[in-house]
Amino acid sequence: MYGIEMVKGLLVTLKNFSKKPVTIQYPEQRVSQHPRFRGEEFSWYEERCTGCASCAKYCPLGIIEIVTDPSDTAVKQGDKYKLEKFDIQLFRCMFCGLCVEACPYDALFMGSGFEEGKYTRNDMIITIDDLRNSPKNPSTWYRPQLEAKNYDPRSGQQLSWKEVGRESWNWHKTEKAGMRITPDPKQD
Amino acid sequence: MSIRTEPMTINIGPQHPSTHGVFRLRVTFDGEDIIEAEPILGYLHRGTEKLAEERNYVQIVTLTDRLDYTASMTNNQAYCLAVEKLLEVEAPLRAKYLRTMTAELQRIASHLIAVGFFLQELGTFGGTPLMYAFRARERILDMFEMLCGARITLSYMRPGGVFWDPPSEFWSSLDEFLKEFPSDLAEMEDLLLNNEILMVRTREVSPLSAEEAINNSVSGPVLRASGVKMDLRVMDPYDAYSMVDFDVPIGSIGDNYDRFWVRMQEVRQSLRIIEQCVDQIEPGDYRLDLPKVLRAPEGTESYGKVEAPKGELGFYLFSDGGISPYRMKIRSPSLINLSVIDRLLVGWKLADMIVSLGSIDINMGEVDR
Amino acid sequence: MICVLEGFYQTNIIYRTIHGSLSGLMPCWSATIVTGIMFSLFLVNIFLVSTALMTWGERRLLGRFQTRVGPNRWGPFGLLQPIADLISLLFKENLIPRGSDKILFIVVPILIMMPVIMVLGVIPLAPGVALADLNVGVLYILAITSVSSLGIFIAGWSSNNRFAIFGAVRGVAVLISYEVPVVISLLGIVIISGSMSLLDIVEAQAIPFLMVQPMGLLVFFIGSSAEMNRTPFDIAEAESEIIAGFHTEFSGIKFAIIQAAEYGAMIVTSAIIAIVFLGGWSGPLPEYLGWFWILIKVLVCVFVFTWVRATLPRLRIDQIMAFCWKGLLPMSLINLLAVVIETFILKGPNGQLSVADLWIMCVINTIITVCTVIVLNKLISNKVDPLRSGSKILSQRELLLDGQGD
Repeated sequence: MYGIEMVKGLLVTLKNFSKKPVTIQYPEQRVSQHPRFRGEEFSWYEERCTGCASCAKYCPLGIIEIVTDPSDTAVKQGDKYKLEKFDIQLFRCMFCGLCVEACPYDALFMGSGFEEGKYTRNDMIITIDDLRNSPKNPSTWYRPQLEAKNYDPRSGQQLSWKEVGRESWNWHKTEKAGMRITPDPKQD
Repeated sequence: MSIRTEPMTINIGPQHPSTHGVFRLRVTFDGEDIIEAEPILGYLHRGTEKLAEERNYVQIVTLTDRLDYTASMTNNQAYCLAVEKLLEVEAPLRAKYLRTMTAELQRIASHLIAVGFFLQELGTFGGTPLMYAFRARERILDMFEMLCGARITLSYMRPGGVFWDPPSEFWSSLDEFLKEFPSDLAEMEDLLLNNEILMVRTREVSPLSAEEAINNSVSGPVLRASGVKMDLRVMDPYDAYSMVDFDVPIGSIGDNYDRFWVRMQEVRQSLRIIEQCVDQIEPGDYRLDLPKVLRAPEGTESYGKVEAPKGELGFYLFSDGGISPYRMKIRSPSLINLSVIDRLLVGWKLADMIVSLGSIDINMGEVDR
Repeated sequence: MICVLEGFYQTNIIYRTIHGSLSGLMPCWSATIVTGIMFSLFLVNIFLVSTALMTWGERRLLGRFQTRVGPNRWGPFGLLQPIADLISLLFKENLIPRGSDKILFIVVPILIMMPVIMVLGVIPLAPGVALADLNVGVLYILAITSVSSLGIFIAGWSSNNRFAIFGAVRGVAVLISYEVPVVISLLGIVIISGSMSLLDIVEAQAIPFLMVQPMGLLVFFIGSSAEMNRTPFDIAEAESEIIAGFHTEFSGIKFAIIQAAEYGAMIVTSAIIAIVFLGGWSGPLPEYLGWFWILIKVLVCVFVFTWVRATLPRLRIDQIMAFCWKGLLPMSLINLLAVVIETFILKGPNGQLSVADLWIMCVINTIITVCTVIVLNKLISNKVDPLRSGSKILSQRELLLDGQGD
């Protein structure tokens, strides 16, 4: 019969009328992102970075630009390049995280923020100085060692390069470049 | 006495509120009746197929996210299946279950959007059902954020599995979702499933016969609504679909109501699949140890296909031995489902046009690629 | 000089007060004119403010129906939102599309707004508080509101936009069709109360006419929501089909005026329903609180209109027409017939209906309403069967077995 289902629908909306709104009033209330959230403000640890440019090669858009020269200030001679330029064009970045996935030494991490509006495009290019000075709140994306520590970047706790640890995936069956975390004691 | 009338051509879109993106239709009306409809495509063309020829096999995963952006998970799945066929490897069992689960979650999310916009286009002011649908979809997106740190452009799957195991809180929120979502769904069904206005607006409007559907190689809910018994998850099982039990809703005459009804029922079946996956899944590897840069042997080709929320999504890959495919061809369901649009529209009214378009559930990201 | 107020104005408290204080300052005839202008300004401004509040109220209500919040940024609870909207719209560029009929295009918003304000003049908000108590009040309302269809058509025609033409043609078709059942449904009220004056109609309601005339209310509610272009009948401005219908091309302050007219029409219609069907200012509270009652009744009507708008989808134009001519018109005619016969039989020697008579009519009319709705349902609801024989849910095995045969 006409009308009965309409009344049913009207009752549904009336029921929802009495419910509490589900929306979040953004600037005052905030949704806390999951620690895995792939945010802006990349966390980069210069001490760990060798300048191998794996991230630049693996970036689908090619927005990472790295310029290096052989370094005399390296930790160990020949282990590391001196970085002159490490630019990330954030305005083209799609936050896929493949650069982080490619990094063999766990030097680059996704960030955890998302409020990075700027007025010009040039401001959106992250330079090496920005990367050095940015807050080190790395996302746990593709970093199982951070998740094992229950690290939450939204807590505000900053991690130094010694604390972020090295990834070890249990699906890795063969050794890859950069996977040796500690030197084999037998060989020393 | 006869009144002299004149056909009137109207350009619907690409900036029309309900063309699902930048879709353009040039429609000729006689009064309110449609006498001719011509879709004009290409406003969202980004050259995905060509771009894929310059990316390596893992990087292409990020391109697939942007095809049907309401169903990234199934796009990833179809592509990864194609690459796995090309490399002749098989994902671990846990990865298969994870893929099945996430793909079904994505199907629910996509169908919620489809149904929500369908009802919105029927004219519920301000989109009350759309808001209810988005409310439920939001929880799925939250779970996706737990899985892979993103809500829309997921890139969750990789050739050879999924990129990471879900975190522990994913399972608890999934349990909660499975417990609470059926009541949300029942609410949506109460709201409009049997509503009389919806019935008179959609019943026997724009029917698509089974024969016509097959001849136009339509797939997915649109095909099943026409009464054709075809579901790739059953006919050609991939991932873990052969290990779960579910039903497939089949419509009768393929009118707008059938297409809507099939989607509503599929959401329920997706819930069943997820529940079974949660029961059956066991700890284990979730990703094969493949090199970061993959190379397929020269001259190999493969076609990976899945039953995406909108229909059969296929990726055809051809390798010349390099690190990227020589050619990637995408068989996108939306484009092929859209090819019947003029048959659906001609002879019906302006108001039906919008509803029929909504019932096909196209996504311009996928149509124009 | 003796100054005499004629007829109704002696009972109109506000009018009398203003006039009394002014008549010491100026001659009687000018005091009368100045009082009239002041009263109109007062009324129009109150109306415009309440219309602005209405836009806020409806958005808040719709928000809550959709489990969101609605506008809540400007002022307490977002109450200043209409002002922010108005300022925003005022500063917009005054766009007139190329090829449009410029004079008509500029006149249209006024033409749409005017009937709504004019109707306001005869609506009594409390005993003796109305700009004018016309003895043909109901007729005046019906006559004036039908002018709005002219505005809608001119709006569509002058815009030089095909979507607007669609909206205009649809709007005029709907407005003209639904005028008929609305008029006939109000005719029943007029017959019972024996007067076309809204004051007399309120006073005749010993029991609210909602109970005496349930079918009249139903027809009037549906018909007037069609006349106001609200879902499920909002095809004239169906936003998912023809963008904004007849006012697609209107922007800035013209758009604001058209919107104000639409929301104003809702207030006016709610007020008419409150007065004609819900007993006006009569209620358990003392008479000087009558304005409170009428306010509550209007708000209830507004809530119901918004509620329906938030829930139901839109009908197609042919279905709307069919519903009007096959559904509402027979209902209103049956209602009228019943009322005429009842009044003829029950009417006392002085031509009045007693309270007992009204109760008898209440029972009879309720039964007639239920029967009519059921019979009409049987006649037109052959198309709806939720369970369809062809559709089925197949298991995997069935699908595989059958699929090979296809």
